[in-house]
Amino acid sequence: MSAFGSNPWLAVAVPFIVAVVIAALGRRATAVTQWVAVLGPITASLVGLAGLQGSVASSSVPWLTQGSASIDAGVAVDGLSAIMLVVVGVVATMVVVFSVGYLEHDGAKARYFSLLALFTAAMSLLVMSTNLVTLFIGWELVGACSYLLIGFWYHKPSAASAAMKAFLTTRVGDVGMLLGLALLWKTTGSLDIATITGAAPGLTAATATAAALLLFMGAAGKSAQFPLHIWLPDAMEGPTPVSALIHAATMVAAGVFLIARMWPLFEVSEAARAVVLWVGTFTALFAATIACVQSDIKKVLAYSTISQLGFMFAALGAGAWGAAMFHLVTHAAFKALLFLGSGSVIHGTGTQDIREMGGLARQMPVTTLTWVVGATALAGIPPLAGFFSKDAVLAGVLHAVPAAGAVLLGASLLTAFYAFRVTRVAFFGQSRAETAAHESPLSMTAPLVVLAALAAVLGFFGGSITHALGLEAEGLEAAVAGASVLAAVIGIVVGIVLYAGDLERAEVLKGRFQRVHRLAFGGWGVDALVQRTIVAPAGAIAGWVYRVLDRTVIDGGVEGIGAGAQFAGKIASRLQSGETDVYASLVAVGFIVVMGIVLWAGR
Amino acid sequence: MLLTAIIFLPLVGAIVTALMPKDRGSVARWIAAGVTAADLALVVFLALRFDVAQGMQFAEKIAWVPQFGISYHLGVDGISITMLFLSALLSLIAVVASWKMETKPTAYFAMLLLLEVGMNGVFVALDFVLFYVFWELVLVPMYFLIGTWGGPRREYASIKFFLYTLFGSVFMLVGIIALYLQTGTFDISAMADLGLPATFQWWVFAAFFLGFAVKVPVFPLHTWLPDAHVEAPTAASVLLAGIMLKMGTYGFIRIALPILPNAANQWAPFITALAAISIVYGAALAFAQTDLKKLVAYSSVSHMGFVMLGIASGTAEGLNGAVAVMFSHGVVTGMLFLIVGMVYERTHTRMIQDVSGLSNQVPVAGGLLAFASFASLGLPGLSGFVGEFLTLLGAWKSSVPAAWVVIAAIGVLLAAAYTLSMVQRVILGAPSEAVSKISDLTVREVAVLVPLVVLTLTVGLYWNSLLRFTDPVVTRIVAMLAGA
Repeated sequence: MSAFGSNPWLAVAVPFIVAVVIAALGRRATAVTQWVAVLGPITASLVGLAGLQGSVASSSVPWLTQGSASIDAGVAVDGLSAIMLVVVGVVATMVVVFSVGYLEHDGAKARYFSLLALFTAAMSLLVMSTNLVTLFIGWELVGACSYLLIGFWYHKPSAASAAMKAFLTTRVGDVGMLLGLALLWKTTGSLDIATITGAAPGLTAATATAAALLLFMGAAGKSAQFPLHIWLPDAMEGPTPVSALIHAATMVAAGVFLIARMWPLFEVSEAARAVVLWVGTFTALFAATIACVQSDIKKVLAYSTISQLGFMFAALGAGAWGAAMFHLVTHAAFKALLFLGSGSVIHGTGTQDIREMGGLARQMPVTTLTWVVGATALAGIPPLAGFFSKDAVLAGVLHAVPAAGAVLLGASLLTAFYAFRVTRVAFFGQSRAETAAHESPLSMTAPLVVLAALAAVLGFFGGSITHALGLEAEGLEAAVAGASVLAAVIGIVVGIVLYAGDLERAEVLKGRFQRVHRLAFGGWGVDALVQRTIVAPAGAIAGWVYRVLDRTVIDGGVEGIGAGAQFAGKIASRLQSGETDVYASLVAVGFIVVMGIVLWAGR
Repeated sequence: MLLTAIIFLPLVGAIVTALMPKDRGSVARWIAAGVTAADLALVVFLALRFDVAQGMQFAEKIAWVPQFGISYHLGVDGISITMLFLSALLSLIAVVASWKMETKPTAYFAMLLLLEVGMNGVFVALDFVLFYVFWELVLVPMYFLIGTWGGPRREYASIKFFLYTLFGSVFMLVGIIALYLQTGTFDISAMADLGLPATFQWWVFAAFFLGFAVKVPVFPLHTWLPDAHVEAPTAASVLLAGIMLKMGTYGFIRIALPILPNAANQWAPFITALAAISIVYGAALAFAQTDLKKLVAYSSVSHMGFVMLGIASGTAEGLNGAVAVMFSHGVVTGMLFLIVGMVYERTHTRMIQDVSGLSNQVPVAGGLLAFASFASLGLPGLSGFVGEFLTLLGAWKSSVPAAWVVIAAIGVLLAAAYTLSMVQRVILGAPSEAVSKISDLTVREVAVLVPLVVLTLTVGLYWNSLLRFTDPVVTRIVAMLAGA
């Protein structure tokens, strides 16, 4: 362990080298290199584990000098980054193993596994950085890996569009984050995280609020919070293991990590925390309602992820950042499990539409069993992990802002409902498929079992996680726990009862509330609104700027008003009659004459 | 003598190739490659012996026209050596990229070499007359490169390019003469920070501004650029975007700021506004393009806006960032023009709608174009981000209105938009008819691009590899501005 403790750069360097090696060896070597890919995430988790034992040195190199100020590229492992490293390492290891089976027949495996390793390197850099510049580099590089993996099957136009949408939407947030960095540089004279958090109490309220909100813009983009959430459902175009790793467990949680990392800054600004709280709370409920009506199993999970991230942001806004991190950890386990489970289902059935599934329990027993564990954890039923962490979140929010806590309880009810709606419709009842499904190979089911075990027991480690963050652990509160379990049970019962006779009752209900259903199914029209008011006009505006403003007004104006333009016109028309070289020679002769005069004068 | 050799070695090559029989193109290209490679070797030798802690080095000064205070004065500091290296590297790359030139090859390579003389000269001249001679010298070969080896509208484009720049140079000449009358010398290094009268500074700055801003180009003086680029042969585009645009911003940094610091401060808000507009406006124009080469050309307007933003900030971050953008843009846009040219040679079209699915058909070309695109949109870890980030830090820190900085930052988003929509249409998807028959890049073509890829990664991953050269110079300039 000490080797990993003494050099945290290993968590960046090893996966990076692995990525280069896999890419360099190419297609023919993938039978071996796909297994080599696990070395990266295993190293990251070992560095993280060493960090949890408090034995990691920090390391930095001078990297940039700026007049009198300078920036060192440094990494260090404290409790927060250790937790993130372990989460990233463990989930990525499971995802790599799962992918070996899932992508068995894909021709571009070298690219795939290389990108997974590169992602791990960038994520390690992000979570270990001691300054905001290298953090931002990691932040953008995970975004680039996300882009390349969403667009992994780039011959599909939908995948290519989804990749671009993901990158651009998150970049809206990143523009804010960049300005936040610039503001912090101006006011604190540093981008070193410790220096900034140390200086935070001395900032004026306006500055602290502005800086915190600009950073939150970046976090909201990365973590798909309303209204920047629109990219995440589309991102499901990528291979499902990628969705599990990047778009559920790790990268999308980076926004939560960022605020936890910069917590002293948010602590100073009550206004910023209120914004974080209400954006998170609203997103949690909003996305849960959409998840209730989706029929694509991955879309349900995507909206569920948005909603769960909303829970974490609500906790951050309420000041319970330990609870947010606890929920980040358990969510990583059970949501990665659910995504990989859905991958197994898609692999076994060839469809993503839950209406074309049904009765999978008999054909895919391991997948079903582990899925139920994940769904129960998501619903928040004790003693599974989701119960404990969500309880911590709810307790924190209820104490700070009861109204927001009440909204989150409602969202919890919906969460339990949609989790068991999918469970009931896809895994139980009669099969609606035309062909029989088959259980997935061991390389896919083994990671499911490991993650299911984690989703079952991680809840008992809440105390250790809070402790590692340097916070006091709080016990369960009977009232909060009771309310939360009650909400979950109601949701589950409604889900099972509504779909007891398969899809019939739900179809009747859907028929009765057709308009509401259609709106909810389309994400309450946010995406369509963005397309109509921003994306579509952008092209038209750019076209107008080019054709009218630039070519006609400016270029035409410059050519029209200048006397030189007439001169040019005359020459141009003469030139077009074939006297090109006359003018050119004149220029050359003129130049030589000028040179001659200068040289003569200098005799 | 080293600097003299670096400037005039290509001139020897130019004369030799120009005098060769017209059918000896295959010999001329070897001579051109040898000369540009030797020149690059000299620059690298220079850079290795360069001491970043010192100011002007390798100075050569010989009285030329003493009665007018004109001297043959050369020297390099951390900023000029950066640009000199870029000039020598891109010249070599331009020659190798033109290996298959069949039209009047001897004259063509002579022109490329003559161009290098002018570009190298501009970046090391420390006397105004010398500077002006090199500045104007650059125009002649570029005029011929566009006008003779260009596309269908080459005459229009070359004349427009020529007149625009000439228009700017006239004002620059007025500025030079005014400075001479005021100080009695043409020596650039002797004029720095003299504390010239404020009103005088303001007017001279105005003259230099016009001269440099056309070259950069700054909105609304940019309309010559797309015409020149679209018609120019690939190698000329590389040098035009890679080096010649930087002559304008180099002029601001080498001349306008140190000699006219007081005016620079006064002009800063105005330049900031134009810079922010250039960034967003150039991006909008790039977004509207249907021609791949025009898209890259307009993106230059946007990127050069960041350089101007950094210059106007008058801060260490901003000026370091400005040079970083200059360097990175030279490397990255060079790559983009080269790959677009290589694809054009195969498909005979640059229309985005006709070129798609490169990744599928020609993965090496597609992959390298994707890499260059990500560098161009400023992905951290690659060189483009360094300067954009630092110029934004600097601009925000300076006293210019924050609203312009916010507008400039939006340019970062727009860059991603126009670049990725190009990537989506051209690189991803299924191969179009024009693409479905083409072959991937040759070894020579890949070899042309590899040095640029390496530089993009080196600067992007280790910022100090570039900034350690620029920072000491920048620190001195910032001190002059602060004292004015």
